[in-house]
Amino acid sequence: MKYEAVIGLETHVELATKSKIFCACGGHSTKGEPNTRVCPACAGMPGMLPVTNKRVVELAMRAGILLNCDISRYTTFDKKSYYYPDLPCSYQITQWFHPICRNGSVEVTTKDGTRTIGIKQIHMEEDAGKLVHDDWTETTLVDFNRTSVPLIEIVSKPDFRTADEVMAYLEKLKTMFRFANISECEEGAMRCDVNISIRPEGSEELGVRTEIKNMSSLSSIRRAIQYETARHLDAVERGTETLVQETRRWDDVKGRTFSMRNKETAADYRYFPDPNLMPILIGDDWLQRVRDTMPASVEEKTAEYQSKGLSEKEIASLTSERALCDLFDAVTALGRDPKDTASWILTECGGILRKHGQVMSELQITPERLSRIMEKVSGNEINRAAGRKVLEAVLYEDADPDAYCEAHNLGAQGDADAVRQVVLKVLDATPNAVKDYLGGKKKAFQALFGGCMKELKGNGDPQVIRALLEEELSKR
Amino acid sequence: MGQFVTEIKSGGGIAVDDTIQVKGYETKAGSRILEGFRPLFSAEAVERLERAGYDIAGKSAVGEFGLDLLGEFAYGAETCDTLRGAAAELVAAGTVKGALCVDLNGTPRRAAALSGVDFLKPTYGTVSRYGVIPCACSGEQIGVAAKTAGGVRELLRVVAGHDPKDGTSLPAETYDYHDGKAAPGMRVGIVKELYGAASDEQKARVTACAERLRGMGVAVDEIALPLADAARTAWNLCLCAETCNNVSRYDGVKFGYRSPDYRNIDELYVNSRTEGLNFLTKFVILYGSDVLSKGRYFTCYDKALKVRRLVAEQVKALFKDYDALLCPACSETEYRPYDIKDAFMTVFAESLFTAVPNLTGIPAMVSGGVQFMADALRDSDLLNLAEALEGGNAS
Ligand SMILES: [Zn+2]
Repeated sequence: MKYEAVIGLETHVELATKSKIFCACGGHSTKGEPNTRVCPACAGMPGMLPVTNKRVVELAMRAGILLNCDISRYTTFDKKSYYYPDLPCSYQITQWFHPICRNGSVEVTTKDGTRTIGIKQIHMEEDAGKLVHDDWTETTLVDFNRTSVPLIEIVSKPDFRTADEVMAYLEKLKTMFRFANISECEEGAMRCDVNISIRPEGSEELGVRTEIKNMSSLSSIRRAIQYETARHLDAVERGTETLVQETRRWDDVKGRTFSMRNKETAADYRYFPDPNLMPILIGDDWLQRVRDTMPASVEEKTAEYQSKGLSEKEIASLTSERALCDLFDAVTALGRDPKDTASWILTECGGILRKHGQVMSELQITPERLSRIMEKVSGNEINRAAGRKVLEAVLYEDADPDAYCEAHNLGAQGDADAVRQVVLKVLDATPNAVKDYLGGKKKAFQALFGGCMKELKGNGDPQVIRALLEEELSKR
Repeated sequence: MGQFVTEIKSGGGIAVDDTIQVKGYETKAGSRILEGFRPLFSAEAVERLERAGYDIAGKSAVGEFGLDLLGEFAYGAETCDTLRGAAAELVAAGTVKGALCVDLNGTPRRAAALSGVDFLKPTYGTVSRYGVIPCACSGEQIGVAAKTAGGVRELLRVVAGHDPKDGTSLPAETYDYHDGKAAPGMRVGIVKELYGAASDEQKARVTACAERLRGMGVAVDEIALPLADAARTAWNLCLCAETCNNVSRYDGVKFGYRSPDYRNIDELYVNSRTEGLNFLTKFVILYGSDVLSKGRYFTCYDKALKVRRLVAEQVKALFKDYDALLCPACSETEYRPYDIKDAFMTVFAESLFTAVPNLTGIPAMVSGGVQFMADALRDSDLLNLAEALEGGNAS
């Protein structure tokens, strides 16, 4: 008999907000020394009251729109009770009764074709802290930096059949969420619980379901699914063991799943609506505003860049990162040429980052500074090589382009290379004047000199220009 | 009687219940589990008092988390029987000018009725709960005790007001304490169910008050609030559920009391809580845990929320015809000692008189040993009534 796997996913995604979900602490879970990003509220001190970060609600709406969900017009926060040292209040604020999004779908494409995966719901919740086990002193330490960091949990329907589909889905969520500024989706900012069962192909009935908790790397998720599917097959086909509905843990080193005993599944979380958080009413106006302010999708950006004449390769590189698109858009908005901008971002910035062992996603430069460097080069104030030098200083020494050029004597006044380029250009462009000069008409020199000054927009040092003109003319 | 657990500044000022945080001063809320807990910030109401130039005289004693009748079951109370109704007694004795108390299940109203001072539990959402040791967030409310209604009004104007740190705080423009109706011409209804459940002495107080009101041109008659009993059950159910959840943060891990006797994390939790919480709190936790459990949520907790809406509707309907309701604040005119094993049922029984305002958020005021209730945001009508009864010093 042929079997198929039935897989459902619960995906937790850390939202890219400036502050946490119910207090003003910084929202980024991986930054800062342990317990430096905590306040009395997210440390669970009595007397502090949660106040909802509106941005969290808007990012959850954004995710719902991207995943074709119905956005609830009435949504509530509920308390989920359990004891664990990483949970300072001994309850987690989540959404149980009225989640913010329901009934969505997303298409995933693998080598076997495209399939639609149903989304059951998306809800908002706060993250818990982190336990750090110190084997040396045999103690467990608690780091509350991550408590109350906002998450959305995307619950899929059990529509996946293969690990490939799961991978394609997660990759797609990652791209979508990064591009829409919903999440930075960095390592550990996306965590999955995977539900698996198997059944004879074509059957509607579901087999015994197991859940593998809390995996964050794509390769672990793939291996865990493959391992668990094989385990189920062995159990059903060869009777190697009796499957029970349970929660399991993936051990990446041993390459297998382990039962977590029944502790987790037996828990009664005693959910109830949080009386400190009023129900959130989402009206047409608000929803429309969120739709209107959605950043353009990859598809929309691609079309836009095509119309600006960028190559497929440039478009693919730029749209790999929202930040690169933002930089490109800002620099072109400052009046720079699109092709030239793409080349400066991808070739020049990219090259310098590579030289320093960094990748494109780490690029940090203000559009104004990049635009200024490009302006200097295209205006022949400095040549491209000097421009690269300035760019490197801007990227790694936080230099100001103008100040740097002045301090290092770059630019028309001192940069002989750049002036020589201009001189050569003028000589090539006015062969008659050159012929006249070489033929003895010394007055032609003035015309050539004037041409250089004009090209340098009056910024040239006359002595330098004169010397270079004489030098280059003597070679002809 | 009447005692501070922590004296902050002698010579008058305002007493603050030990369920309300004052930065830097130990806040135990009457419980061993919070022993040594010094809050990092003051309650918004305390901040407002201090900004307005009032001194905080000290922390007045409360029963563990304010769950008992009058403060009789505080940690350490075994050796000291002067804790009951501490804030009200301090006000009555003139030790302090006024007091801030958390009205969770009627305690400060009972204490005021027994000590003969005034106490107003204002409309839910008018005084910030930021800095209150939380139990039942959906209905607990900081209120003000003072010798006269004028004193209550003065302090209430200072502590009330919108606070963005409290998500349930009402916008400030929805209330003010000078727009009340004049007492003559008001219509007051005596709540039959609550009047009938009180002792003869209490009944006599209510009747005498009604006579005086009639004398000053107030129309008084009897009205029915058939859901009064259901309101008590619903409020106690909500209170237990929310308290169970809120006190679950006291686990011995981060602050407060930690049992010296544990070998692993489970024992740390269990032993710290076993030793740190009293019998009544444990009873409340078990009851609350039960009504929120999978099998009981829809038959208990969710039903209580429905009753809550029905009671609010019934009360709202009454206030179409009446400006205020009149009833006793407790069953008897004197405190009778009882055993902590009976505390849950004793408090439950007494909360018949006080539950409706906690459940629905309406204001309730005790003055002259009797209780008045008014529609939401009509706190000033209650102050006017009390001032009229106190004679002459109405503003
Ligand atoms: Zn915080």
